[in-house]
Amino acid sequence: MHVGLEHYLLVSALLFCIGLLGVIARRNLLIIYMSLELMLNAANLAFVAFSRFNNNLNGQVMVFFIITVAAAEVAVGLALIVALYRRRQTAHVEDLTTMKL
Amino acid sequence: MQDLMFYLFAALTLICGMLVVANPFSRNPVTSAMFLVLTIASMAGLFVLLHAFFLAAVQVLVYAGAVIVLFLFVIMLLNVKEEERRKIKKVGLVTGIIAVIAISSIFLKVFTLSNSSLSAQLPAPTLEGGTAPLGKILFTAYLLPFEMLSVLLLVAMVGVILLSKRNLK
Repeated sequence: MHVGLEHYLLVSALLFCIGLLGVIARRNLLIIYMSLELMLNAANLAFVAFSRFNNNLNGQVMVFFIITVAAAEVAVGLALIVALYRRRQTAHVEDLTTMKL
Repeated sequence: MQDLMFYLFAALTLICGMLVVANPFSRNPVTSAMFLVLTIASMAGLFVLLHAFFLAAVQVLVYAGAVIVLFLFVIMLLNVKEEERRKIKKVGLVTGIIAVIAISSIFLKVFTLSNSSLSAQLPAPTLEGGTAPLGKILFTAYLLPFEMLSVLLLVAMVGVILLSKRNLK
């Protein structure tokens, strides 16, 4: 069977679900962050696939922006995790319950 | 040949993505980070198959080169030990799995709704995502967002420096 747009979209959807599963099921902050990266990458793949099959370059520009924003987000997020670890000595979401009622 | 490469890279992406999230052999975050590198690299392969050559290079440079190194540095800084297995709360697990199944069924429904093949209706793809056309569009139509992106990176840099100061005032 010839590989078309829907094959790429299926891979993208599955990768997004894997990332979502990681965000929900894992308890380590670092692994949650990696799963977030997986979800962003899944969106990127869908963008590139749509861009290729619609003959429109705007999707690829959007992916370029997403990659840059993701890099900034990772830098800030990891700095937050380090600051949190210094204060609380934990990177485990179940130990961070200050906001819990 | 291209189809074969697609299936190879897609399988590699999904398997390594699964191993990032749930690795049955190791709970070490370093292992997850390494499998994330593999996921990113095979995804760059998919980008090449989609003729997005510039983005494939950026993907490897920025993600595998910068983001993962940052992750590894933080793992090293925090000195995270192999995390012990904790009991996951039943309610959280059940609701989480329901949420994941709901989202995946929405995605699958979209695929089954279009009973005729999506790409059969589209003209043959001729787009080439080389550096030159992408650079041209980036510096003409998307000039303002591009400049705003540089401000965003500056803000992120200042924020990271402020956050990693030892005594926040």
